Amino acid sequence: MLIDFFQTMRQYRVPCSIREYLDLVGALKQNLAFADMEDFYQISRICLVKDERHFDKFDKAFSHFFEGIDSLDDLLANAKSIPEDWMKSEFERMFSKEELAEIESQGGFDELMKKFRERMEEQEKRHRGGNRMIGTGGTSPFGADGYNPEGIRVQQGRSRHKKAIKVWEQRNYRNLDDDIELGIRNIKVALRRLRKFARQGAAEELDLDDTISSTASNAGFLDIKMVPERHNAVKVLLFFDIGGTMDPFVRVCEELFSAARTEFKHMEPYYFHNCMYESVWKDNRRKSNERTSTWDLMRKFTKDYKVIYIGDAMMAPYEVTHVGGSVEHWNDEPGAIWLQRMKDTFDKMVWLNPVPESQWGWSNSLNTIKEIMDDKMYPLTINGLEDAMRYLSK
Amino acid sequence: MKFQGTKEYVATRELQMAVNAAITLQRPLLIKGEPGTGKTMLAEQLAESLGTELIQWHIKSTTKAHQGLYEYDAVSRLRDSQLGEEGVKDISNYIKKGKLWEAFSGDKPPVLLIDEIDKADIEFPNDLLLELDKMEFFVYETQERIVAKHRPIIIITSNNEKELPDAFLRRCFFHYIDFPDKETMEKIVDVHYPDIKKSLLKEAMDVFFDLRKVPGLKKKPSTSELVDWLKLLLADEIDPETLRNKDSAIPPMYGALVKNEQDTELLQKLAFMSRRKG
Repeated sequence: MLIDFFQTMRQYRVPCSIREYLDLVGALKQNLAFADMEDFYQISRICLVKDERHFDKFDKAFSHFFEGIDSLDDLLANAKSIPEDWMKSEFERMFSKEELAEIESQGGFDELMKKFRERMEEQEKRHRGGNRMIGTGGTSPFGADGYNPEGIRVQQGRSRHKKAIKVWEQRNYRNLDDDIELGIRNIKVALRRLRKFARQGAAEELDLDDTISSTASNAGFLDIKMVPERHNAVKVLLFFDIGGTMDPFVRVCEELFSAARTEFKHMEPYYFHNCMYESVWKDNRRKSNERTSTWDLMRKFTKDYKVIYIGDAMMAPYEVTHVGGSVEHWNDEPGAIWLQRMKDTFDKMVWLNPVPESQWGWSNSLNTIKEIMDDKMYPLTINGLEDAMRYLSK
Repeated sequence: MKFQGTKEYVATRELQMAVNAAITLQRPLLIKGEPGTGKTMLAEQLAESLGTELIQWHIKSTTKAHQGLYEYDAVSRLRDSQLGEEGVKDISNYIKKGKLWEAFSGDKPPVLLIDEIDKADIEFPNDLLLELDKMEFFVYETQERIVAKHRPIIIITSNNEKELPDAFLRRCFFHYIDFPDKETMEKIVDVHYPDIKKSLLKEAMDVFFDLRKVPGLKKKPSTSELVDWLKLLLADEIDPETLRNKDSAIPPMYGALVKNEQDTELLQKLAFMSRRKG
């Protein structure tokens, strides 16, 4: 039951496991959603999806899975012109063995097809203009005979169903999808190097060793010693170059981003284009009106934040060195000055470059930036990452 | 036992479905959504509508998972032993029950709210896996197994400040509270201020949704801000005409809607620009 549905979800990389699938079956068994497409959509989403980032994938998978029902419509519309054999194989593909057996028992496929045709012709007369024919009044061959386990639900509660279709076809949650799981393992391992545990904050833990020794030296009179707990104390500011020449590398960057999210206690990602100027932004879709001033960043974050740039640093030299050099806007001060300011504000700063190191020599701008960064530019490879992290954690 | 919202709380169909699924299948329900969409309130209202006790466990950055189970106060036991207090031999005198233990020992299944779980350390959810799954835990100091008499209904809220581990998520049901559309919003307002004048409400809603559309706001006003703002409008007997007057661009009492300096500044700038245009 619903195994194909579950498989479709997996194909679309909705991270759901057997446990979630069993939950869904359990929920259906408890009649939490019965014969209602929208309810089914809700309940399956509640059970299978555990993060709003995956809603979009779920919506896509859901509409893909139930698209079969739409294409059934087309099939019906064209039923007269389609060779019977083709249709037969198409239906065999759609139905399981048991269902086919049941079809056989109720008069066989040919009988069903005959009914289809009759109904088709009838409907052709009644509704013109390409209405959805299947399911009107719940009397379609499918509905009446109950042959399609998933299709059945569509036919009831029509208006609600339409609304639901809209829900998953709107794909409201597209913006929240930042997931790239493939190949990030290595990156995670490299980033873990940066983890640094430190005892900070209020003394909360009983330090047993120290308590014993100080009690002993206190002539047996109890002297309790406390220590602060260990925390992962690394704080990171990430800056991604986005757009233009970086497009081929966006995937790599996203991998890094999704790896980094889980690794640090404090991590703030920002975007810029080509070179850093007086402002950066957090959401690339709204970059024109939701910008953060670079000054604000420098004031807001303390100097122990580690700054990581990710960009190819390939641009026209004047984009770094000249007033008004930016390709997107008028910049009052050259990018080099802003990079320098960042360097003065924060203790540690690195630039990760997805361009292979062997090609670095060809670009003037790259070398200018490398110079500003005090040579702390590393290729975006596992080794480069490790080198960069080693420097940052020094 | 079906939850359908209460007199003071409007629950959408999806939310009702999520809550009922969680109750029926006895799973913790993880609730996310914009701040101010009533995540915490849900637990309060759920407890009320089910007529059961609400146990709230508010998570802070320093909260540890075992604090929810129990705490063994070694320090005061050490001190007491030095002073030769009575009862120092019995370790159970120094075991303090946590919120989860409390929820496990209720006679009726209570509603347990684990509020803002994302504020805690990364390892926090992982430390609660078994407890939420089996609804039992072991007290090492007294060698005692605590098993829930009734599985509590667990509502967990998160503001997305941290990722929650997969293993934890697998054990929960998940619902994301969308920002309510105008229709739902009107219902919500109706629940809070049944006697609000229709015209005032309409104008106020327009202003509110327009304000949410202003690009660049650091914090968009949400439901709870709207409710507060309406309270002020009512108290000051602002008439709908003032709201309709779009010349001023800044809504009256905007302090209730806009919560930070930059946003206020932005609005004032916009107001200035629109005045100049006019």
